[in-house]
Amino acid sequence: VDNRKLVEYFRTQMSQDPDVASAVAAIRSLLEFLKRDQSETILGLRENLTKAIGRLQEADSSVAVSSGGELFLRFISLTSLENPDLSQCRNVMIERGELFLKKISLSRGKVAKLCHTFIKDGAKILTHSSSRVVLKVLESAAADKKRFTVYVTESQPDSAGKLMADKLRRLNIPVTVVLDAAVGYIMEKVDLVIVGAEGVVESGGIINKIGTYQMAVCSKAHNKPFYVVAESFKFVRLYPLNQQDVPHRFKYKADTLKTAEDLNQEHPIIDYTPPSLITLLFTDLGVLTPSAVSDELIKLYL
Amino acid sequence: SKTLFFISFEPFRGGLDCATVEPLFYCSVSSDLEEKRIPLPSNSQSLQSCTVTVFILFLQIPLRSDYGYKVSLFSHLHQYSRKAPLTQQISIPATVIHPSIVRLGLQYSQGIVAGSNARSVALLHAFKQVIQDYSTPPNEELPRDLVNKLKPYISFLNQCRPLSASMGNAIKYIKKEISNIPSQCKEEEAKKKLLLCIDNYVNEKITLAAKAISKCAIDKISDGDVILVYGCSSLVNHILCEAFEKQRKFRVIVVDSRPRLEGREALRRLVKRGIRCTYVLISAVSYILPEVSKVFLGAHALLANGYVMSRVGTSQIALVAKAYNVPVLVCCETYKFCERVQTDSFVSNELDDPDDLIVTREGKTQLADWQSVKSLGLLNLVYDVTPPDFVDLVITELGMIPCTSVPVVLRVKNVDQ
Repeated sequence: VDNRKLVEYFRTQMSQDPDVASAVAAIRSLLEFLKRDQSETILGLRENLTKAIGRLQEADSSVAVSSGGELFLRFISLTSLENPDLSQCRNVMIERGELFLKKISLSRGKVAKLCHTFIKDGAKILTHSSSRVVLKVLESAAADKKRFTVYVTESQPDSAGKLMADKLRRLNIPVTVVLDAAVGYIMEKVDLVIVGAEGVVESGGIINKIGTYQMAVCSKAHNKPFYVVAESFKFVRLYPLNQQDVPHRFKYKADTLKTAEDLNQEHPIIDYTPPSLITLLFTDLGVLTPSAVSDELIKLYL
Repeated sequence: SKTLFFISFEPFRGGLDCATVEPLFYCSVSSDLEEKRIPLPSNSQSLQSCTVTVFILFLQIPLRSDYGYKVSLFSHLHQYSRKAPLTQQISIPATVIHPSIVRLGLQYSQGIVAGSNARSVALLHAFKQVIQDYSTPPNEELPRDLVNKLKPYISFLNQCRPLSASMGNAIKYIKKEISNIPSQCKEEEAKKKLLLCIDNYVNEKITLAAKAISKCAIDKISDGDVILVYGCSSLVNHILCEAFEKQRKFRVIVVDSRPRLEGREALRRLVKRGIRCTYVLISAVSYILPEVSKVFLGAHALLANGYVMSRVGTSQIALVAKAYNVPVLVCCETYKFCERVQTDSFVSNELDDPDDLIVTREGKTQLADWQSVKSLGLLNLVYDVTPPDFVDLVITELGMIPCTSVPVVLRVKNVDQ
């Protein structure tokens, strides 16, 4: 199967349904790839899938695509594939793949159900950039007849915060857009901070849009709770010690990685927030403290 | 074998109180104690409602006596002198203790074999010798008898130098393997099986684990790194040598402390490979830390609440590294994980020979007669305990885990067994 077609399929998935998580779109494309794959052995199939995941990562360098792909691969090959007939094995794998996809499509709803109870009536919430999970959480809180106001950071360089503000206005939630530099200024007014995550790492920290780390440091200084909402397919087997330790393939956009001459001159688009600054993580596996993330990861990956 | 009695008088609940006889002898080998309750004759008025607890014990292992004044905070620990090894009190022929165990005990107490991994491997080799020379006495079964034979050896080694957590886990494993031998198994076969088990244990838990850990750890070493190490950890030295062979460009700062000065051995090993090293004493650690990019520490044991037990001085280095925001990585094999919980360094530690702290400089030994000064105590601690907030990452052969996930690993291991 042509790798270009795979990337095209992925991109069409993303554009057709703007609300879908990039990892879900990646997994849908991988499932399609699996259905059309022509390899003769299971090992060959796995190799092709791994190469396909690599291709998707080149197209969209977010952490979620990488983690989603790896988890998908593990989930479908976790069964005992002892059947000598390859097509039977392939059918079993496709079945498990569909099951996995169905499970993770429901995860955002589960997260929203857990988190919206933490938003009290009259709360002032600060959030960063545009996250579909945070949007869903605020949506369910509003549906629960809670009154709250939201401050969104502008989040340069792509001004994603303004998109978030538009979506919130359509839900009739009072929202204010603030500058990225105004986070310290606004922190004393807010009651809690909720952010999404592109990836949750083994230490319990998160990788998210640049600017999240300074928001976490500010909220720690003001003793405001810092909540993270993320689906479980975003758990990734990375363990960064500091900002420099995050691999380059996640820090920059895929096109930048290919064309840039000196990466030190480019602006990274994500940063790492260590677990000591995070109060709680809301996932479809439950409400976790950062130290429990490692426990869940051991269960998922081992 | 001699027999000694320990008599203590206990008052009945709410009854008369009475004097307790001073214990005549105390032995730490509780497995050799047999408890018998004998009611006293009724003519002794004040002792009417008391019971006598008689401990009959068979003296086999001589006790090592404590040496010198012990600081009151550590008075519950033993403090022995290296000049009075336990073997001086053992009569010849020592039919009770196997000669390789006696040799091992001497090597431990004199500090010839030191370091967690070295001690465990030496212990397992000595046990292999014991098993090879063992022959089942008539009317006895190999599993039960061999385990009973090992008990006095273990208490002897404990007297020479307190057992480490890794040694404790190794002993538990051996005892389990011995008890699992089916009773119909022939002696030669059983011995062969046990020797193979021990070899596998050493290979899997120590040698291969070191390889897996260095593979993980080398990912964390990038070019241009300045790595700080403390003392001499066989695992950390192994990792650095492997990383150097894989052409990583880094330099090492070795921190050392008195009285053991183990850092010199680490320095020797690293410089022999050609790694660029700097050597400082622990008092200078806050001076050189701004230059450091990572700290690699070894561990003696990892406790169930995430605390790291390691050579004294380690928690100091972790504290200062945290203050300078330098990541601290602890490298530890899983066989050193223990179920104990400790939050401070006082409750369970080891006191080394206090005479080690006396130093002769320019022909003058200031503390030579420290024993004559009644209020002076010399404290030579061996271990200390580092809280998990100072440790960023623990590298084990199962992968990289945060310090708080140690109980998860213990749980997974227990499920496997």
